Amino acid sequence: MELSGGEIIVQCLRDEGVEHVFGYPGGAVLHIYDALFKQKELKHILVRHEQAAGHAADGYARATGKPGVVLVTSGPGATNVVTGVATAFMDSIPMVVLTGQVPTPVIGSDAFQEVDTVGITRPCVKHNFLVKRLEDLADTIKKAFYIATTGRPGPVVIDIPKDITDPGIKIPYHYPNKVKMRSYNPVVKGHLGQIKKAVKILMEAERPVFYTGGGVVLDDAAKPLTDLVDTLGFPITQTLMGLGAYPGSGKHFLGMLGMHGTYEANMAMHETDVLIAVGARFDDRVTGHVKQFCPDATIIHVDIDPSSISKNVRVDVPIVGPVKQVLKDMLKVVNDGDKKPQQQALKKWWKQIDKWRAMDCMKYDKKSELIKPQQAVEVLHKVTKGDAYVTSDVGQHQMFAAQFYRFDKPRRWINSGGLGTMGFGLPAAIGVQMAHPKADVAVVTGESSIQMCIQELATCLQYDLPIKIILLNNGYMGMVRQWQEFFYDSRYSQSGMSVTPDFVKLTESYGHIGMRVEKSEDLEGAMKEAFSHKDRLVFLDVVVDPSENVYPMIAAGKGHHEMYLSPGSELV
Amino acid sequence: MRHIISILMENESGALARVANLFTARGYNIESLTVAPTEDLSLSRMTLVTSGSDEIIEQITKQLNKLVDVVKLVDLTEGGHIEREMMLIKLRAERTQREEIKRLVDIFRGKIIDVTDTSYTVELTGAASKLNAFIEAVNEELIIEVVRTGPSGIGRGPKGLSL
Repeated sequence: MELSGGEIIVQCLRDEGVEHVFGYPGGAVLHIYDALFKQKELKHILVRHEQAAGHAADGYARATGKPGVVLVTSGPGATNVVTGVATAFMDSIPMVVLTGQVPTPVIGSDAFQEVDTVGITRPCVKHNFLVKRLEDLADTIKKAFYIATTGRPGPVVIDIPKDITDPGIKIPYHYPNKVKMRSYNPVVKGHLGQIKKAVKILMEAERPVFYTGGGVVLDDAAKPLTDLVDTLGFPITQTLMGLGAYPGSGKHFLGMLGMHGTYEANMAMHETDVLIAVGARFDDRVTGHVKQFCPDATIIHVDIDPSSISKNVRVDVPIVGPVKQVLKDMLKVVNDGDKKPQQQALKKWWKQIDKWRAMDCMKYDKKSELIKPQQAVEVLHKVTKGDAYVTSDVGQHQMFAAQFYRFDKPRRWINSGGLGTMGFGLPAAIGVQMAHPKADVAVVTGESSIQMCIQELATCLQYDLPIKIILLNNGYMGMVRQWQEFFYDSRYSQSGMSVTPDFVKLTESYGHIGMRVEKSEDLEGAMKEAFSHKDRLVFLDVVVDPSENVYPMIAAGKGHHEMYLSPGSELV
Repeated sequence: MRHIISILMENESGALARVANLFTARGYNIESLTVAPTEDLSLSRMTLVTSGSDEIIEQITKQLNKLVDVVKLVDLTEGGHIEREMMLIKLRAERTQREEIKRLVDIFRGKIIDVTDTSYTVELTGAASKLNAFIEAVNEELIIEVVRTGPSGIGRGPKGLSL
């Protein structure tokens, strides 16, 4: 079979099992779009801005575990997608991004819509390629998928000059089944000696805690994690990226940890004697002041990426390997061994934890006339029976969603954790809904974040995506306002966002249903009505108390034991 | 502490940029960097001199290993190794100074490779510290130009860094 470059790209994607491509055409990719036009299997989703193509493919990948695929043109097409690529990179999301490039003979001549895409994306990709010969195209695509999806996953960019896709030049097509790279060999198993050493330490632990992160979700390791935690009877806390891997309603779950983590989770971290970190990277929002992080603990760290180990916090027992396999091996060592966890000590530890839990750190005023954002998320949980895919943007609403929508399953909570990209939620939901057409998909957002990719409402109409947008509208960039209140004597510099469009009319003009709720008592009814429209997008503008803050809070640079629990409270 | 890291990497365009990029992006320090193809034309050998605490060097080697183009690397300073750097140094050499400079070059086992009425150009090879010592031994006012390659290094013994 002889194919042109454009046809090879389409055929490679099909052979790779890709069903959806998120993109936007332009000069340098016209040959590829022509090849797309001539087939039916590969579905292209036309976004309204290339940034959204990146986030949509990213959301698709997070919800399914399959790599998201993006196709954009050269120059501004490529620069617009960079935010999407960087977002995926920070959260280790598998993605393959195809960017058009000017023809090879004019590269470097400042041609129309030319930009050094490989150079610009280099610091925020797992790897990138510039295809210089048509003969290398299929191999490069195979390598890109292999690199993106194995080891610690991440985005891979392939920059393709226009002459490579020339329909007039055809070569025999062959898509390799396998790829071998001498310079890239991700580990497939953890060291058994280290695993045994870790289990020995766990069996002697008196105040152990599991601290698990996005790596558990990425490696589909929820089952072995849950089995191991329940077998040992240890408490577990999860990072923002890890939520849902161990059920949020599970009895051993302490809630999220870190800057806006629960009192019990952070106190347990501070007091623990054995910390077992799994697929988590000791991010600064989690550790607080590293000098005060888990001061008494022996630390075990399981991670696929050796460079994550001892990067921010010195680790005692490193285990490099895929978390799923390591957890399975660990469970086997536990079950085959004759040692049992320290039951007496654990009983005491749980008693202490229950005391911390009794602080009820996430309480809020439930009698308020103004709608509280926490309440809105709890009602969302109730109406969707805790089974929706929830995407979010970045800020207070993101924290409220993470704290109050208790995710019981992995891949249900989809947010930009590492890069903190406002504008992520709506396009990510497009990807999620494409992957799961029948599922409830909700975007929890704020009036500031939603405006960063609001144009995607048109994409939702074009593809009949019945996404539900829950806008927690407090008229401020809430998290910015909160920091200004706490640390800048309430000087609200440029954080007000009272000038917004009428979201109901705006949504209607895009052909969707818009609704606005202002009173607590109307909230549940409105939410139910929104979700009763099974085939329509509903935008619910929920007016919430503008003065509400996210608690608990560890101020940047403080230790886990130094938290603000409520308005006006001292550090506890 | 100063470390010499020797890297085998794919001889592909962009590989050098990836390494340089890593150092700037993560705020590591590069003292020198040399790179050239090996006997296998698909591979380049890079020698990189950096400094930092043990933790930082550990991160540097891990991050370098993570680059897809890096095939293998070794921190030469962890074991016995030989370090060589070449320097070309142009010195003002007029009547009264000529004998003195010639003697100094001999002491350092260098070679004078270009001569004019008023200058000598000297070639000197050795560990970076030896080249530094030569520069210090010469009167600063006599130095016209210094060109150094940056160190390359190789491990002692019969074993080599190969695939």
